[in-house]
Formats: sequence, C-alpha cells, structure tokens
Amino acid sequence: MQSANATLDARELNCPLPILKTKKALTGLNPGKVLTMLASDPGSVKDMESFCQQTGNELLESSANGGEFHFLIRKA
Amino acid sequence: MQSINSANATNPTELDAWFDQRFEKKLAEREACHVPSMTIIATKGTLDMAYPPFILASTAAALGWDVSIFFTFYGLTLLKRELDLKVTPLGNPAMPMRLPNGPDWLRGKELKIPTSLMANLPGFQDAASSLMKKGMREKGVASIDELRAMCVEADVKLIACQMTVDLFDWKRDEFMDGIADWVGAASFLPIAQRSDVNLFV
Repeated sequence: MQSANATLDARELNCPLPILKTKKALTGLNPGKVLTMLASDPGSVKDMESFCQQTGNELLESSANGGEFHFLIRKA
Repeated sequence: MQSINSANATNPTELDAWFDQRFEKKLAEREACHVPSMTIIATKGTLDMAYPPFILASTAAALGWDVSIFFTFYGLTLLKRELDLKVTPLGNPAMPMRLPNGPDWLRGKELKIPTSLMANLPGFQDAASSLMKKGMREKGVASIDELRAMCVEADVKLIACQMTVDLFDWKRDEFMDGIADWVGAASFLPIAQRSDVNLFV
C-alpha cells in the first residue's frame, strides 16, 4: 500500500466541505505527494472520483470501512 | 489513420482529409486547455436559498473552474458584512418541521401542521431559523459565513448589483470586503455569455 505524505480528517463534515478541504490540503502538497483523506459522508465516494477526474489528481485508492471512507490521492 | 502531408495534398479529397485531421487535433488541443467557467445569479436572501450559490461556487472553484456570482435584489443580502439569515415557513410548504429536542415521543417526528399556519405564530421564523442552523451544525454542514469565506479564498468573483444597492438605500460600507465589482446587467451578461454553466438561483 502506498504511504501517505499528509492526512486530512474530514469525518463528520458534509457536502461540499470534504471536497473543499481536500482541495486545500492538496494545494499545500508538492506534485507526486500522496494525501490520505478520511470521510464519513457517503456522497464523498462519488464526489472524490469526480473531483479527481476534473482536477487531474490521481485517486489511488477508495475504500469503505463501516461508515467511514478512506481515500488516497496523488497530487498531479 | 494514415498521416497526410499537406505539401503533397493536391486534389480536393486529400485536402479534405488533411483538414479533418488538423481540425480534430486542434479541437483536442483547445479542449485540453479549456478552463470551465460558471456564472450564478443569486436573487434570494434567505438562509435556505443562500446555500445553493455558495455550495456550487466553492465546489466549482475547487474543481478549478472560473466562477462569478452576480448578487441582485435580496441576493445582495448575502454580501452584507454581518450575516443574519433567516428561513421562513411562509410560502414554503415543502419545509419539513421536526423538533430536535423534547420528549422522545415528539422528538424527530415531522409536525403535521401546515406551514402557512406556523408562519403566523409570533417568533416562529426566528425559532425555525435557529433550529435549521442547529441541525446544520449537527450534520456537519458548513455555515454560510464559512462557505462565503471559502469562495473568497478560492477567487470566486462576487459581483454586486449596483441598482439594488441604490434601490434599497444601502451603503457600500455595509457590505463585506472583497467584492469584485459593483455593476449592472450590461456588465454581467458578457461574462455569462462566455461561461459554460449559467444558473439562476
């Protein structure tokens, strides 16, 4: 599994905050670095796919664990 | 598809094929460097109707889009320095009414009272507004202040309708810092014309 360079805890936040905070966290990273994002909003699964597709960042991993969602994103 | 050298293309059929190839390539290049854009016209100043423009604008900016919001009529309220937004059940029959507190048998149940009646109770609008704000905090929904600040940070252009300011005798210093422009319809429409998405809220 890819190791992350930064972690963002967006649990308990609702749309569109997980996306907005992910964007902010990625801005602080250098290209190629990997961000781990944790969310509890079920909408974030589809939203993260769409966000990565639009922004060109790579969604390395998307997994669900109970009511929690984990994402690994590599900054473009 | 075989590549066609324009220098060798002497007959119309070959020229057509050469043009089609070039045209496809140019279109793809243009598509690749196109920055999507969105314009929103915000006309409502209630707590519930403040959400769509700010959610869509901040999200689009996070996706890398160019975004402008034109605030007109009651929408201009959303640019006031101090926000005190309310939601009203009046004329809003779809508004769900649930008590977040109280005895178990009542809590969380939808109250089956027409909103047109509830709207007439003194103090009801304030109560409904603070209940909605409380619900939003509990569900992790951002406040309008927060979303607005994120829009400013993400370079969303907040454009104020000058006519509305004059109409309601508002002063510019009642409004937040960072308003991109104070203009009229004729200045906004050319921006909207060039945008990929235009929404009226």
